[in-house]
Amino acid sequence: MENLVYIALFAPFVGSLFAGLFFARSPKTHLVGVVNSTLIGIAFIAAVTLALHVAEHGAVHVTMMSWISAGDLSIPFGFLVDEVSVTMMLVVTLVSTIVHIYSTGYMDHDRAYNRFFAYLSAFVFSMMILVMSDNFAGLFIGWEGVGVCSWLLIGFWYHKEDRPFEENPSISPSWAANEAFIMNRVADLGMLVGIFLIYWNVGSLQYDVVFKALPHLADGLLVSIAIALFIGAMGKSAQFPLHTWLTDAMEGPTPVSALIHAATMVTAGVFLVIRANPLYSLDAVHEVSMFIASLGAFVAFYAASMALSARDIKRIVALSTLSQLGYMFAAAGLGAYWIALFHLAAHAFFKALLFLGAGNVMHAMDDELDIFKMGGMKKVMMGSYIYMGIASFALAGLPVMAGFYSKDAIIETAFNDGSYIIWAILVITAGMTAFYSFRQVFFTFHGEERYKALGFHPHDMYKYVLVAMAPLAVLAISFGWFMENFHEFITKNLPDYEMSHTTHHWAWLLGSLVIVLAVTGIIIAYKKYAGKGPNAWKRDEEFEQSFIYKLVENQYYVPKFYDEFIVQPYTIASKKFWEIDKAVVDGFVDLIGKMSYKSGDVSRGMQTGSLSAYLNWMGVGALLLIVAAAITALIG
Amino acid sequence: MEIGIGHYLILSGILFSIGFVGVLRRKNLLMLFFATEIMLNAVNIAFAAIGNYYGDLSGQMFAFFIIAVAASEVAVGLGLLIILYKKYGSLDLDVISTMKG
Amino acid sequence: MYEFVAFYIFAIATTILFLITVMSKNVLYSMTSLAAGMVLISGLFFLLGADFLGVVQLIVYVGAVMALYAFAMMFFDATKDVKEKHGNSALVFLLGGLMALVFVVMFSAPIIGENIQALYPVGLAENLGASGNSQDVGLVLFTKYLVPFEVAAVMLLVAMIAGIILAGKKMDYSLTECEASDEELKQEIKKEEV
Repeated sequence: MENLVYIALFAPFVGSLFAGLFFARSPKTHLVGVVNSTLIGIAFIAAVTLALHVAEHGAVHVTMMSWISAGDLSIPFGFLVDEVSVTMMLVVTLVSTIVHIYSTGYMDHDRAYNRFFAYLSAFVFSMMILVMSDNFAGLFIGWEGVGVCSWLLIGFWYHKEDRPFEENPSISPSWAANEAFIMNRVADLGMLVGIFLIYWNVGSLQYDVVFKALPHLADGLLVSIAIALFIGAMGKSAQFPLHTWLTDAMEGPTPVSALIHAATMVTAGVFLVIRANPLYSLDAVHEVSMFIASLGAFVAFYAASMALSARDIKRIVALSTLSQLGYMFAAAGLGAYWIALFHLAAHAFFKALLFLGAGNVMHAMDDELDIFKMGGMKKVMMGSYIYMGIASFALAGLPVMAGFYSKDAIIETAFNDGSYIIWAILVITAGMTAFYSFRQVFFTFHGEERYKALGFHPHDMYKYVLVAMAPLAVLAISFGWFMENFHEFITKNLPDYEMSHTTHHWAWLLGSLVIVLAVTGIIIAYKKYAGKGPNAWKRDEEFEQSFIYKLVENQYYVPKFYDEFIVQPYTIASKKFWEIDKAVVDGFVDLIGKMSYKSGDVSRGMQTGSLSAYLNWMGVGALLLIVAAAITALIG
Repeated sequence: MEIGIGHYLILSGILFSIGFVGVLRRKNLLMLFFATEIMLNAVNIAFAAIGNYYGDLSGQMFAFFIIAVAASEVAVGLGLLIILYKKYGSLDLDVISTMKG
Repeated sequence: MYEFVAFYIFAIATTILFLITVMSKNVLYSMTSLAAGMVLISGLFFLLGADFLGVVQLIVYVGAVMALYAFAMMFFDATKDVKEKHGNSALVFLLGGLMALVFVVMFSAPIIGENIQALYPVGLAENLGASGNSQDVGLVLFTKYLVPFEVAAVMLLVAMIAGIILAGKKMDYSLTECEASDEELKQEIKKEEV
């Protein structure tokens, strides 16, 4: 089993090195795509085998070697494969495999094809470290590793020009990459503080040791640790107010958005909360958990409201990701960790599918993102249409689909907990989710063929790519059917969350309410956007001028606010400091240089060529030395 | 009156200073050699005196080796002087100014 | 008392003699006074109980080095006065005087040497039944200082060869070039034998 752990962990790493070391500078090499996809596939197979093993025999815990050993601090390179991490491993490796295969098609015409695979595989490796580590230090390394890979991949097309904020809110890939990286840095500081607090008070970073020691710590301390760790999770999972980077991260290639900014990396924050469930389920940190749940519900609604008016196809999907992350945090905050994990997995499948479908559309439309320019594309892109339809059904939470089970469970949890406000928000958001996701589908695939006027000639993706996406579609439909099995499997490790009798009693009504809302949302969207000819959708200029539309379209002016009150003052301050730096530090350095020059100029007068003059100088030097010796002799 | 180490050392210092003045003042290379000999001898006196004061033979040993070094220096130095004299026809330092950069 | 008198005589005499050496315009005068000063310094060595060093001083300095200078003088014109430009005499004397002052100040301060132990104390040879400075010096020189002694010997050899090559005439072409004539000589000898 130990070998399987290493295979699952290092196969992506080998792939990354293979692509990065041997082919970084060579032109597109198809071999790289094939080899890397195969290696990730191998990791997936290893993860499956491990999952079966874990289900039967329990967790696998290996220690590869000691890593940091200084004084009392001892952090081994240990890997823990238990029910939680193996679930994450399965999700990560499966989605990665499909995204890798997808990328061989999607990145086909890109100059930096090999580089892309080096980064993508490195990301998978970092993510595996993140989920498999048996201590907080390893988790943090993975955490930073995925951050770096995310930065590299968002900024993959770094050569693109900057555009003004009004025209493109994410300005340029390199700008978006930096934004994501810097915002995550802010959050990571919180996480580091949490880790330091844990080490300081527990003396170890191993999960098992820490969680055993937690109940003995003071309440205030536990709250601080919980808050600090959650700040880290907020950054990585793009929770308000650190959420703006996620939508801007859509500047990266679409497979990256699907893998990193939808299915895996952004869920790392949720994973952290789930992983640290012994901490968050303590009574002392109940308020923090409630805050997490409330923030999750708020973000779910907030992001969904922004998605209602978004025109950028990837931005819509990104906002729905944000919204679904809110759902996960709501569940985790309410103590239903296994439901959060279940929704995480289900979401990973259908959201990756949705993103890849959106990628197909983009590919067909020559990277055009505006859904206002699309329409009626189902004729030319049947495969993508079906996939995106399935994914949207799953996202909307219609029966039978994966999203139905997981989202319904979260809504039930909120009801069961008695947090009716959260419940209400989540139910309304479910309706909105259905509306905006189908708004996007209808805009893209139904209605007038607006693209024709603009001179696009869309064609569907390669066949093999569409076939490779099939597993995601199957899982997006069927993953929910295994909810009971998953429940049984995961609650060996995570605390169970039992619905009360009353909730059971009302469950059918709650479920129906959600379904009714979702179906209503879909019908409205169909009415509004899917019509043809005389019924076709027309822009409502008047509505677009209204305050609410403006507010939502501008993302509640949060990016503007950041720009005005953080970025610009910081820029001004930086410029001032730069000037101070130039005057003081540079001045000092220049002074040293000038002094050398001056002393050279002055002492050049000594170089007369006259030996006796030299002798005299030597005499003066000797005298000075003797005086120095005399002074030391007399003083010392 | 007792003659202590201080007397010898001060004498050595004075002699060294005389040599030093010679080195600075004279322009004739041969004279410079003489001045150097004076300085070496001054140091020898200091060594011998300190060795005597501590009752240790190492001082004398050093003086001994200094004499050896001085002898070789004179041997080589005079050879060089002769060549210089053949070349420039003079031993004046001011004549030899090839060091000018 | 006798040490007192001897020291002051030697001290004053050497100072005056060396001053003459430094100040004199005539090379012969300065060399003579230098030689005389050396002799008197060997007297100081005897006073300090360094008999062997005193003798070496006499032999090497007064005997060998001065003789070398005397021979060297033959190459130069020694009878003429040395013509020198004395640029900044005041500065030179100021520097020299300052240095002397510093030395005097420095050395007139009491020396604290209680903690220093003699590694090679005078009187080593008494344990071996002999006595005297020369025996002591010999013992130390050929035990502890044997390697420096040998090195000094090599150095003197090198200096001697260097002196010969530098000063000698017809030394400015390679000896190996003479081998050709050697070959001719040998052939001539062979012919004679035949």
